[in-house]
Amino acid sequence: MKWLISFLTSSLGKKVVMSLTGLFLCSFLLVHMIGNLKLFADSDGHKFNEYAEFMAHNPLIKSVSYGLYFFILLHAFQGFLIYFTNRAAVGGGKRYSGKQVSPTEARIASRNMAALGTLILAFLLLHMGQFWLKAKIIGLADGVTLFDEVKIAFSQEWVVIAYLLGLVALSLHLLHGFQSAFQTLGLTHPKYTPLVKMLGYAFSILVPLGFASMPVYFYVMHING
Amino acid sequence: MAHEEINLTLQVWRQEGPKKSGKFETHVVRINTHMSFLEMLDVLNEQLNQQKKQPVAFEHDCREGICGSCSLVINGRPHGPMQGTTTCQLHMRHFNDGDTIWIEPYRAKAFPIIKDLVVDRSAFDRIIQAGGYVSVNTGGVPDGNAIPIELNTAKRAFEAATCIGCGACVAACPNASAMLFTSAKVSQLALLPQGRPESKQRVLNMISVMDKEGFGLCSNIGACEAECPKGISLENIALMNREYISANFASRRVPTK
Repeated sequence: MKWLISFLTSSLGKKVVMSLTGLFLCSFLLVHMIGNLKLFADSDGHKFNEYAEFMAHNPLIKSVSYGLYFFILLHAFQGFLIYFTNRAAVGGGKRYSGKQVSPTEARIASRNMAALGTLILAFLLLHMGQFWLKAKIIGLADGVTLFDEVKIAFSQEWVVIAYLLGLVALSLHLLHGFQSAFQTLGLTHPKYTPLVKMLGYAFSILVPLGFASMPVYFYVMHING
Repeated sequence: MAHEEINLTLQVWRQEGPKKSGKFETHVVRINTHMSFLEMLDVLNEQLNQQKKQPVAFEHDCREGICGSCSLVINGRPHGPMQGTTTCQLHMRHFNDGDTIWIEPYRAKAFPIIKDLVVDRSAFDRIIQAGGYVSVNTGGVPDGNAIPIELNTAKRAFEAATCIGCGACVAACPNASAMLFTSAKVSQLALLPQGRPESKQRVLNMISVMDKEGFGLCSNIGACEAECPKGISLENIALMNREYISANFASRRVPTK
């Protein structure tokens, strides 16, 4: 077992954990987004409520969700740890005084993964406080369905703006993170890497767009009565 | 050939010793545009000598882009603004009359400053000592063509072997990671049949030492690849990751360093 600990605590092992948990969270995002498209299935939210009921009580989904909470925490905690290790490796303080015009300066996302991750975490806390906490811990009020909660939440301007900002952060995080995970796992190849990159770009734009359609749709519906 | 003279303002990092605090010093030099960057610093040091001041300490050796001694962060970029060149290959014709140039040492915890612009890069030597070699037994000279190596593989190994160990990758990396340097050697030797027998132990030990030296973790940003004077590719890092994962999970080896 010593070898496993030495792997997991090595610089590369830590990144492997980040990439595997990251890819797992990507699969969650896809399922979550596609599932929530049920919000558009009918106008009274019957199908969405049915789906939410299924997700909340299916034993397989329930056990996977515990894994999900654990991996979110692991990804975030490890991410912060890596951030501080890297700051220490640089030596602290302002690094270079020269006006830096590096050829990779444009890749803002790759240089700010920790900051973007923190924004996503903050968004996640807001998001879970609004739905998960109410539905699972506090319990919904009598006669109020999850669909009603969605409608109420997305009728508020600040909520919609917060969601859109969170999704922009998510998109940028994924733009670098998706293909970066493959590089960390050593899965690069002149034949497949262009495909992985294309898939990554499509994923990091389409999935957040899918999510964004929900608050925007309900806000527009609310405005138009 | 027209010799053009230009005036430059230099902001040079001065630091007396490893434990001392440093600061920028302003100097003005008039130099010829055909000079290399290091020759420009020679002019500055001549000037300082005449003024009975301490010359600026900087590293240099071959002055033809192969030894990896010259370092320097020039205007915020390792080896200056040109891609694919070392500081000694950077010519002053790329600067304009009246320019201000910021000259700093590489900054990384694993590369402590010795004096002024000179940093201690012996961490790289210790990474190489951990496994960046092949063990060659004594005996008769083997036949040159006895081991077939595919041309593309040989080319990739050779491209990785062009790393001069200058440390620009660490200086450019926002995390001060040494992954590009370490991976260049791991890849070079892992690609060739002569390096295969020791490949698992090599990658385990080299990464173990790399971590102990206090370098940061790789975020796959690619600043190293962009600043590398020899154009070492990020693909080497992926190859090293693959080697490291397989050495951990699919071999009997454990790190011994």
